[in-house]
Amino acid sequence: MKLRWGFIDVLVILYALIPVLWIVSLSFKDPSTITDGSLLPTKWTLSNYAGIFRNDDFLRGLVNSIGIGLISTFVAMVFGTMAAYAIARLAFPGKRLLIGFSLLIAMFPQISLVTPLFQIERSLGLFDTWPGLILPYITFALPLTIYTLSAFFKEIPAELERAAKMDGATPFQAFWKVIVPLAVPGMVTTAILAFIFCWNDFLFAISLTSTSAARTAPATISFFTGSSQFEDPTGSIAAAAVVITIPIVIFVLFFQRRIVAGLTAGAVKG
Amino acid sequence: MAEIVLDGVSKRYPDGTTAVHDINLTIADREFVILVGPSGCGKSTTLNMIAGLEEISSGELRIDGERVNERAPRDRDIAMVFQSYALYPHMTVRENMAFPLTLAKLPKPEVAAKVGHAAQLLDLTALLDRKPANLSGGQRQRVAMGRAIVRDPKAFLMDEPLSNLDAKLRVQMRTSIARLQKRLGTTTVYVTHDQTEAMTLGDRIVIMYSGVVQQVGPPEELYDRPANLFVAGFIGSPSMNLLPAQVRDDGLHTIIGVIPHRSRGLPPEVVAGIRPEAFQDTRIRGGASFTDTVDILESMGAEKIAYFTFETGETGESGGTAFGDGAQVVARLDPKSRAREGEPATLWYDPAAVHIFDPDSGVNLTA
Amino acid sequence: MTAERDLGERRLALWLCAPATLIMIAVTGWPILYSFLLSLRRADLRFPADQEWIGLANYATVLGNPYWWTAFGVTALVTVVSVAIELVLGMLVALVTFRTIVGRGVVRTVVLVPYGIVTVAAAYGWKYAWTPGTGWLAGLLPAGSAPLTEQAPAIAIIILAEVWKTTPFMALLLMTGLALVPEELLRAASMDGANRWQRFTKIVLPLMKPAILVALLFRTLDAFRIFDNIYVLTNGAQHTSSVSIIAYHNLIGGLNLGIGSTMSVLILISVAVIAFVFIRVFGAAAPG
Ligand SMILES: Nc1ncnc2c1ncn2[C@@H]1O[C@H](COP(=O)(O)OP(=O)(O)OP(=O)(O)O)[C@@H](O)[C@H]1O
Ligand SMILES: [Mg+2]
Repeated sequence: MKLRWGFIDVLVILYALIPVLWIVSLSFKDPSTITDGSLLPTKWTLSNYAGIFRNDDFLRGLVNSIGIGLISTFVAMVFGTMAAYAIARLAFPGKRLLIGFSLLIAMFPQISLVTPLFQIERSLGLFDTWPGLILPYITFALPLTIYTLSAFFKEIPAELERAAKMDGATPFQAFWKVIVPLAVPGMVTTAILAFIFCWNDFLFAISLTSTSAARTAPATISFFTGSSQFEDPTGSIAAAAVVITIPIVIFVLFFQRRIVAGLTAGAVKG
Repeated sequence: MAEIVLDGVSKRYPDGTTAVHDINLTIADREFVILVGPSGCGKSTTLNMIAGLEEISSGELRIDGERVNERAPRDRDIAMVFQSYALYPHMTVRENMAFPLTLAKLPKPEVAAKVGHAAQLLDLTALLDRKPANLSGGQRQRVAMGRAIVRDPKAFLMDEPLSNLDAKLRVQMRTSIARLQKRLGTTTVYVTHDQTEAMTLGDRIVIMYSGVVQQVGPPEELYDRPANLFVAGFIGSPSMNLLPAQVRDDGLHTIIGVIPHRSRGLPPEVVAGIRPEAFQDTRIRGGASFTDTVDILESMGAEKIAYFTFETGETGESGGTAFGDGAQVVARLDPKSRAREGEPATLWYDPAAVHIFDPDSGVNLTA
Repeated sequence: MTAERDLGERRLALWLCAPATLIMIAVTGWPILYSFLLSLRRADLRFPADQEWIGLANYATVLGNPYWWTAFGVTALVTVVSVAIELVLGMLVALVTFRTIVGRGVVRTVVLVPYGIVTVAAAYGWKYAWTPGTGWLAGLLPAGSAPLTEQAPAIAIIILAEVWKTTPFMALLLMTGLALVPEELLRAASMDGANRWQRFTKIVLPLMKPAILVALLFRTLDAFRIFDNIYVLTNGAQHTSSVSIIAYHNLIGGLNLGIGSTMSVLILISVAVIAFVFIRVFGAAAPG
């Protein structure tokens, strides 16, 4: 019994890890051995990493990714928290409508926005700028933040706010001193999920940018030609893929419990 | 300290429910008033209106003569203890108790002194640095009390503060709350649906039923002179036997026989109410009696509860079930009683102790 | 009085919801409308002078185009197959992580790895793994085969990449559903003589139905907009375009706004139909 579970566990772990190990291994392969097809590097090198960090476009892409991701996450969190609190605690007409609308956006095919946004942003001068990406990112991160946060807010007993009011708190004090401290774990989770969404996006990033002014890291990678470093960009792409991936993976693993809670909070009825 | 006046106060929720209908109540300074009634009768709603947590739909609420309808809870200087205690999970016991004081921007030494004093009063000193999650139910309850008393408010409001405790602790806390209230002398409104709590705790009891106040008075008065059928059935345990009766010249004809009574001025049909403790199995001079087989006998140690089932002629066709469609009469007997299960017993009662109610309005015609 | 308080609450709610709602409407509402208008025009950025209202002609063009239908077929195929595999795999992973005794924490943790990986990065991993000469997986195939350059194997690899990346999410959603099945019910069922399989099909599955439907709805709509994996793996070559890819190429490569917008509207309609089918026909409860 124990052995069988152990075996199944190993299978699951291999399933999840081998493709990751492969790209990591690829990134450490010396250019001369990169086409040897072996799972592990036969000749280790850091030159792929050295190469991409000498590449201005990639560094610029990283800066764009981080900056755009953080700003979008921050704005989505602020507005999302406000709306989620209203949904969880206040009675107002149009609540169902708002929930339905954000659900709609969560499931919206992004490509359907790309064409009109491409045209609109060009006429507004937003094309190939940070705000040009931040706006759609906020929009698509909002349903996620509203959903997860309102699920978290609903878990906090309403009596605590009433108690705070009785203790002499203003509505804002009740929110700030009682609700927010209790919601912090949920807010951290939600922020991570929102950031991952922005960081992961590719479609908007290649459609709404044309230079490295706002192109994010994943999009930059897809433009690697290798001509600057090697004939073949494989090693650089692998190294770049590892660089943009590993921090997020570590993050996810570190906060795994919370992320599980967050990913499922919006999905179960609540 | 304060006097609280509810002047024609009503509550209608947006969905149309009238949760509280036209309450008129004056709660004197230092008084301990209990709001009691079955679930959903509007007790919490009333309390929340006094607290300012629910808007008052109509009528006026005055504290110390001042209209406070429009005041936010924090401007009413009232403390509240919640059923779930509503302790802030992220704060220690000390921080929980200090919270109202820090919000009021009291200087730190004063806060510490007041928290220390309250903790001593409630025997919480050793627990001050714990988080609520690490406390037992009874300790949490005391912290909730502590948070209410630290700021020495005009009044305490408590919404079923003991209902989450086990039976034994409940009795214990009941007496400490009574003692604390006497000592502090703070006007207190206490909500419960437990009539024992109501009878033992309060100076006065307010009985509510579906949003309407049924009777207000000291516990003895409610017991001795229930204003109507609802109060009669609600107060007392086991509850009063309520028997349909036909009024004839010789008295009230019921399933337990004829109860001698003056019939003048009574409607042709009434409801006769006899408390279980009004029966005894020794002869009462000038008393009436009935004889029937004891259906069930529960020995409680300090008393015996005897149940009698009578086949009722009119409802005969609907048939009796195990739960007795036939009318049941309950008697509370002396532990030394000789009544035995399955054997006939003769019980005596004083006809003067019988309450007579109008079956339509429920009003007590004898009170 | 009540009215005033309600009004106050409503006003507060309005202020709290306004920024989020306005952004969402501004970034989606107007573009959708604009997209619809564009779809009724001849609007090719290469010929800016030649613009006019042409009614539904763009729709006729797209719907009469075999490339569109191939892409639609590929999208549907990838969606159906990958969601089906994910459902089975996800259920297995959910059961394993839920019931496993050994190394439960490790399994749960590791399963999240694919979720944390940027899709594009993972897609490159798959691409190189199947590239002849470079890849460890390509080495397993007969010499001379280049799976990514033929339609069927390429689609299979696209599905593989999609399944690998999103199974954890599916598993997570199913795990919450699994947690809703009371342990006692399973004990009662085994007391009643149900074997393991019967317990699963007769008790677990029916009770999990709402969770399964929600998970399927989410994943189906998500799979239908597949873009990143195909872009990296084949970029739509050998008839492996999805509808998102073909719309993108019409816009960025072809700069044909009219046709691109028409495709956008058609994709939107398809998604709406899928959601409608799930919610109305299968009775998936929309969360919230
Ligand atoms: N927010 C609300 N909206 C509509 N109706 C409500 C609301 N809150 C309470 N009610 C209704 O008002 C009535 C009184 O409720 P209340 O909470 O005051 O009862 P209660 O006496 O405290 O009952 P319990 O002993 O169960 O706590 C009930 O019928 C309840 O359903
Ligand atoms: Mg209540």
